[in-house]
Amino acid sequence: MLDFIVRRLIAIIPVLTVVAVFVFLMLRLTPGDPAAVIAGDNATSDQIDDIRRKLGLDEPIWTQFVIWISNMLQGNFGESFFFKKTVAELIAQRVEPTLALAVCTLVFAVTLSVPLGVLAAYRQGSMLDRVVMGFSVLGFSVPGFVIGYCLIYVFAIELGWLPVQGYIRIGVNFWAFLERMVLPSLTLSVGFIALISRITRASVLEVLNEDYIRTARAKGLSNRVVLMRHALRNAAVPILTVIGLGIAILIGGAVVTESVFGLPGLGRLTVEAVLSRDFPTIQTVILMFSVVYVVINLLIDISYTLFDPRIRY
Amino acid sequence: MFNFRKSVATVMAAASLTGLLGIAPAQAQTLKVVMHSDLKILDPIWTTAYIVRNHGYLVWDTLFAMDEKFEVKPQMVDKWEVSPDKLTWTFTLRDGLEWHDGKPVTAEDCVASIKRWAAKDSMGQKLMGSVKSLDVVDAKTFKMTMTEPYGLVLESLGKPSSNVPFMMPARVAATDPNTQIKVEDVVGSGPFIFKRDEWKPGEKTVYVKNPKYKPRSEAPSGLAGGKVAKVDRVEWIWISDVQTQVGAIQNGEIDMIESPGHDLLPLLAKDKNISLVTTNPTGNQYTFRFNSTAKPFDNAKVRHAVFVAFAQDDFLKATIGDPKYYKVCKAPFICGTPLATDAGMADVLNGNAAKAKQLLTEAGYDGTPIVLMQSTDLQVLTNLAPVAKAQLERAGFKVDLVAMDWQTLVARRVKKDPPSQGGWHAFLTSWVAADILNPVMAGFFNASCDKAMFGWPCDATIEKFRDQFSKESDPAKQKAIVEALQKYWVDHPTHINVGQWYAPLARRNTVEGNMIAPVTVFWNVTKK
Repeated sequence: MLDFIVRRLIAIIPVLTVVAVFVFLMLRLTPGDPAAVIAGDNATSDQIDDIRRKLGLDEPIWTQFVIWISNMLQGNFGESFFFKKTVAELIAQRVEPTLALAVCTLVFAVTLSVPLGVLAAYRQGSMLDRVVMGFSVLGFSVPGFVIGYCLIYVFAIELGWLPVQGYIRIGVNFWAFLERMVLPSLTLSVGFIALISRITRASVLEVLNEDYIRTARAKGLSNRVVLMRHALRNAAVPILTVIGLGIAILIGGAVVTESVFGLPGLGRLTVEAVLSRDFPTIQTVILMFSVVYVVINLLIDISYTLFDPRIRY
Repeated sequence: MFNFRKSVATVMAAASLTGLLGIAPAQAQTLKVVMHSDLKILDPIWTTAYIVRNHGYLVWDTLFAMDEKFEVKPQMVDKWEVSPDKLTWTFTLRDGLEWHDGKPVTAEDCVASIKRWAAKDSMGQKLMGSVKSLDVVDAKTFKMTMTEPYGLVLESLGKPSSNVPFMMPARVAATDPNTQIKVEDVVGSGPFIFKRDEWKPGEKTVYVKNPKYKPRSEAPSGLAGGKVAKVDRVEWIWISDVQTQVGAIQNGEIDMIESPGHDLLPLLAKDKNISLVTTNPTGNQYTFRFNSTAKPFDNAKVRHAVFVAFAQDDFLKATIGDPKYYKVCKAPFICGTPLATDAGMADVLNGNAAKAKQLLTEAGYDGTPIVLMQSTDLQVLTNLAPVAKAQLERAGFKVDLVAMDWQTLVARRVKKDPPSQGGWHAFLTSWVAADILNPVMAGFFNASCDKAMFGWPCDATIEKFRDQFSKESDPAKQKAIVEALQKYWVDHPTHINVGQWYAPLARRNTVEGNMIAPVTVFWNVTKK
């Protein structure tokens, strides 16, 4: 197992190298000039050139790349072109809202979608099954921002139960934090619930037709035990895989959800950095997302061993 | 059984009683505002971005300021004198001016600040072209010695919009003008203090009332007069989504939106708790900018043909829609201001496609496609380019409309490459009226070839008029120069003004006192 983990961790290096080169080149090849953005609308060409020189953007691309990579290897992620803050500081400020949103969404989605999927499989063809599957089609089809606006209109503006936007740090006021997490995590989890419940249903249905389930039933085990101990456990691997893959959806969805609900997280930082061509910030955030994605999938792979004793690394 | 209503009533009654007895604790008034953009940069000299200018007005003060009637009034300056030969200007600062760190404001600070500002700002550069020396006389007095009489000394020092000559401590003003000042150097002498520890870019920016600020005794007017901070704290909350901004103000989570989108105004107008207030009566001006170095726009007659082909009404209808928020105005220096005039404009901006076609034939237009850049991500600009395309095509131009986001456009417009190889022929933008009140201030009138703004017009006659204007201080003569310039400019345009528009701010009815000014400022604003 340790061998496997070390091998997988070493495999991160080429992945990150490819991502780093790709992101760096993409940013330089995409039209847009951070110096022109900084200088503002009334600036002259000379003023823009001066700023470009100060930011080191007049250097050849390969020189800029070498400087960036060598700084990164020394743990220096650079300074944002705009904020007069280091990228590490900026990211540290923005991690909490995104992490909170991701955790709330995952908890919400998994606790709701897995039982729904299992029930839909168990009662295949019933009204419940149709409702769950209908909901999942809707969840896939409706864009996150539409769901967000609808929830804001109903629960914040019409009923006045929850705030429209904003974020309060967990350590400042826990209840205020929770109030502000409900609508964004509900919005983001709709697509996630649709995905997981559908996969859970399909996996459980497949397992329910296996011989060992018939044997378990023949032994006189209760439906609950058959479903939870035999069926769900054996159906867990594809469900876990989908949850792992869903992290990418979560990251993408966070960008939209954070914008709709005014959450100052990493998703919005990414959008703002892209719009203003803040190269150091975009490069670091994308690399960080890549690391998170790879590490989460590694953890998912490791967790397979907990559910399927046949899997050994 | 617990009676909720009765308990609440008891608590409320007790609360009112303590209030009546005057023993209720004083509550700090916090004004929560969504501005037009997030504050990422803190140095209003390093950038010309309007959000940074607005931040500047909270933190820093100015020597002079423009009032509601476009007259320049003293602000930090107590008195000033001009020698009879108009070559020496002596300025004396008011008593009791203090930086937020408790140190006194000195003449040395002002001299250093003027120098840093003038190194960046085009109007400052023009002023310094006539300045022989800038010297400290004593702690409160400094002297500006000119090489020749200059007519716009006060107008330059009281320039209302980017870059505004904000006064900074000398140690801060010593920063290279092309380097942003440090976060810890955001120290001004203005009516509000920037809270460095609470600044979270992308989330919020906080200012608190400067308890030591000594406002002028005159009533506030425009950007001049007594700047009295009437709220204890101003929080700029950043909500990027315009629909969410509207939800937040309807729900009472914020008090004000600086510039709500025009399509959302009807929704806000329906809400009884919200008022829409136009605080900038001069508004903004849409502008079509030529690249005067690229064929066919290197030919003045072709540019004039565009002037003849355009009609402002179509541009304004397509972008703003509601006539309450726009004005057809031919005067390039803004209707409703002292230099507004229609001189020379009778035959242009009438949408006369036939005449434009004839002019194009006379000019020998060879059908070169016009590369017209369209910004697609800023709602107030998006629809301008398609209207321009339609009007140009009606006049016989071939147009290649290239859609891109604003930041890409901003990067491309500084490229001098041929239009077919990554350059451009034209684009449309918008100016805040306060930036274009006279031909020296208005950047697009600068026709000094390579030193001009993107588009790089090269016209010695226009430059001669601008020079004459800068040396003239008599308003009547200034107006005469503007009229002469305008008559010439119509035939040799550097850009075309395609209409004036206004953006009201939305505020909850609990908020009052926003100044009528070209910049959203926060002194005099109260919150009930």
